[in-house]
Amino acid sequence: MRGQLPILIVFVSGVFMAIQYFIPHDAGVFFYEYGGVFFYEYGLDCIIVIGVFAMLLGIWSLFRVQLDKVAKRSPGWGYSVVALGGLFFMMIGGPLWGIEEGTPFMQVFWYIYTPIQATMFSLLAFYIASAAYRAFRARTVLATILLLTAMVIMLRLIPLGAISGPNQKLATWILMVPSMAANRAILIGIGLGIVATCLKIILGIERAYMGHD
Amino acid sequence: MDFYNRLMNLDRRWVYLVVGIAVIIPVLNPFRVPVFVTQEVRSIYDFVESLEPGDIMFLAIDYDPQAMAEVHPMARAIMRQCFAKDVKLIISALSQNGPGMAEQLISEVAREFGKKSGIDYCYLGYKPYFGLVILAMGQNFRIPFPEDYYGVPLDSLPMMRDVRNYDDVKGVVDISSGNITDAWIIYGNGRYDVKLAIGVTGVMTANYYPYLASGQIFGLMGGLKGASEYEALSKQGDRAIKMMSIQTTAHIVIVLFIVAGNIGYFMSRKKNKK
Repeated sequence: MRGQLPILIVFVSGVFMAIQYFIPHDAGVFFYEYGGVFFYEYGLDCIIVIGVFAMLLGIWSLFRVQLDKVAKRSPGWGYSVVALGGLFFMMIGGPLWGIEEGTPFMQVFWYIYTPIQATMFSLLAFYIASAAYRAFRARTVLATILLLTAMVIMLRLIPLGAISGPNQKLATWILMVPSMAANRAILIGIGLGIVATCLKIILGIERAYMGHD
Repeated sequence: MDFYNRLMNLDRRWVYLVVGIAVIIPVLNPFRVPVFVTQEVRSIYDFVESLEPGDIMFLAIDYDPQAMAEVHPMARAIMRQCFAKDVKLIISALSQNGPGMAEQLISEVAREFGKKSGIDYCYLGYKPYFGLVILAMGQNFRIPFPEDYYGVPLDSLPMMRDVRNYDDVKGVVDISSGNITDAWIIYGNGRYDVKLAIGVTGVMTANYYPYLASGQIFGLMGGLKGASEYEALSKQGDRAIKMMSIQTTAHIVIVLFIVAGNIGYFMSRKKNKK
């Protein structure tokens, strides 16, 4: 029973979602309209609520790991103190002062968290510049094609006078034709893979989500 | 090591230094670069322009602070354009770190145009599991968001009384820096046939052209350039247009480094053959 019940729930839920989403036939609409709407809306609500509990689990896990580091004075335990301080400040600060513009919660978000994230992302520019300088070498025919394509795409952002128009058109063509064809191939491949995996889960062939094969 | 070998194997610290200088110069001496408007950006502008006062549009602010420089100007320009035309907005922020930015942007722009929460706009805020939230909103906004961001029940907001789901909005513009855009395409457009346009970061742009060609999205803004195009069209702000000078000099420097690296490579190879 412990093994079969989850498989049954997954099967029923999977088939239900597939019918309401994928079957554009009157039978699907009929099934959906008469009774299906209630279960669909209730199901969506339930999953979001379950998701919130998963978030609590995440917070608990973060707390335990960081507290453990502090208790054992592991290398870098000071950072754990900061992490715990931040966790509690934001958890208590939100309900206490509110989350509107101008509250301490939002000031911490704007003046500490946002600059940290922006700084981390900005550093990428330097790494990308260095990586592009080293990687884009016309060593082979394929590498030359890659190099030229990258140059055209990058140069479309730069005003080059008379060359800008034709370069923009060429860049748009690259994005709309060869790049899109490759992207479509990848997307279709991923889509087929997702369908196959979902079918295996719905039909009970793939059971790793239960913690064992 | 000869000159060409040095050119080919520059220490990365020199690269960092030159890129740093290239970024700082336009900040200290601002200049403007011409903006070339593309059709995919113009489509979004035309759509917003076609809305009548009192129409409702959905603006999804789905990005984190790290992508602010690129996509925040898009959201600001669209919000300003809507408020200037008295178009009402339903706003969500489905990225974990997005609600704070959306709140700041809304309070700034709403104050500027004298717009009131619940009457001119409704800020729904954040709920986890964006795919499910997008699906649930297709049934009824009240399933994932019984209350707005400020804790006011949706039914008590004058603007939301007759609004149930996507059928009651003219379209959705999703400004995003992650895979929430995919969920909007798959669930919003695919399941509920939502009229959808997107604004994404520069690196994401190429991935979404297939959806533009297939008609699943009707417009696409890519990175800071897309934002600058939108600002140029809508004349609502010029932050992205100003920042384009910084991006331009950084790109020129990167292109020059690539060219220098290749000159070094070919010349040293030629020398070695001799």
